[in-house]
Amino acid sequence: MSTKTLTKDEIAKLIADDIPEGAFVNLGIGQPTLVADHLDLERGVVLHTENGMLGMGRAAVGDEIDPDLINAGKIPVVETPGASYFHHADSFAMMRGGHLDVCVLGAFQVSVRGDLANWHTGARDAIPAVGGAMDLAIGAKDVYVMMTLFAKDGSSKLVPECTYPLTGVACVSRVYTDYGVLDITNNGVRVDRVYGATIAELRERTNLDLYP
Amino acid sequence: MTDVLDTNDAADRAVADIPDGATVLIGGFGTAGQPMELIDALRHHGASDLTVVNNNAGNGDTGLAALLKTGNVAKIICSFPRQSDSWVFDDLYRAGKIELEVVPQGNLAERMRAAGAGIGAFFGPTGVGTPVAAGKEERIIDGRAYVLEYPIRGDYALIKAHTADRMGNLVYRKTARNFGPVMATAATTTIVEVTDVVETGELDPEHVVTPSIYVNRVVKVAAAQPSHQQGGAEA
Repeated sequence: MSTKTLTKDEIAKLIADDIPEGAFVNLGIGQPTLVADHLDLERGVVLHTENGMLGMGRAAVGDEIDPDLINAGKIPVVETPGASYFHHADSFAMMRGGHLDVCVLGAFQVSVRGDLANWHTGARDAIPAVGGAMDLAIGAKDVYVMMTLFAKDGSSKLVPECTYPLTGVACVSRVYTDYGVLDITNNGVRVDRVYGATIAELRERTNLDLYP
Repeated sequence: MTDVLDTNDAADRAVADIPDGATVLIGGFGTAGQPMELIDALRHHGASDLTVVNNNAGNGDTGLAALLKTGNVAKIICSFPRQSDSWVFDDLYRAGKIELEVVPQGNLAERMRAAGAGIGAFFGPTGVGTPVAAGKEERIIDGRAYVLEYPIRGDYALIKAHTADRMGNLVYRKTARNFGPVMATAATTTIVEVTDVVETGELDPEHVVTPSIYVNRVVKVAAAQPSHQQGGAEA
């Protein structure tokens, strides 16, 4: 056991190292974009962006900035060699057709069965906005979630049942958190690695039946 | 037959027959691929009670946001209305002055693709077990759950491409392509804003993205000055 919990960047590095060589990967908006900073270019991972591109590169700077070349977060990016462009129906067919190997998404909550809630807090005055999250959640072969294990109020974001509106049912395969990496399996949640706490402590704090 | 319009009032002429109550598909993902001049022309034209289909619900105070602000859009169908710069939409929505249908982005694209391809409806996997599938017919096919989704047809599509030839064959530019090719197929009348018009035969047929059969009117506009609005972290 490591004695310290992980920073966002350290979580991103763990995910980047776990992505298989040559995989086609979609990184969700927000924190998951940090994963790109830690991908080893030699490993040939190809990034997909929902707005119609494979082979997305890093954020554009200076003269590279082109308003016609942006990522899902609407940030200007650059092309990598071998990049391709396609329209939106093709882009989402890549997701829904099961062609993407991995997507990395943020979450408000993940249930022990892998249900994902990440688009809506259910607040009455919130304006609902789902974007591509539901298509990604059910489409990629592996859905990794990147999140802090606990909410600001200390409650666990890994829960027996999501209380927020769902994005997808039983779609999450792994959860990367500041306290460790958790696999969602048919037999429950298996703790792959822990940081800054023991499994027993995490069981206590999450009130979940985690197994090693 | 495609009309290529390149006079100063080309955009205004192109949208002049859009009636009140029309459903208008408007291309773009954020501002990339948003046909700003056609939207401005539609705003000046003043057709009311419109239903607009776009991925977002306007950015800043220009383009689609400016159209919304006129109050002429009764309903918007989109995947991601809420953004750091969607204040025009946010105010209208909170005041109950615009109807919103939120559609997962892949369903938005596929429902228009279905419309363009003559598909009556389709079973899709997106949103099963979530609020967006509430009340929709569900079916298990080969052990997997799907929900029934209906096409979205437009009376008009306003899209932006990069180059058109005089027949209306289109080539797009980078991620500004986004919804353009799909919307072009899904509307009765497709109007395209481009910066470049070339003679028929100058486009390599192998490189044409939208074939001319889908295009009714091409409006040539001046190339925009490079500008960029950072939208922040949202899709």
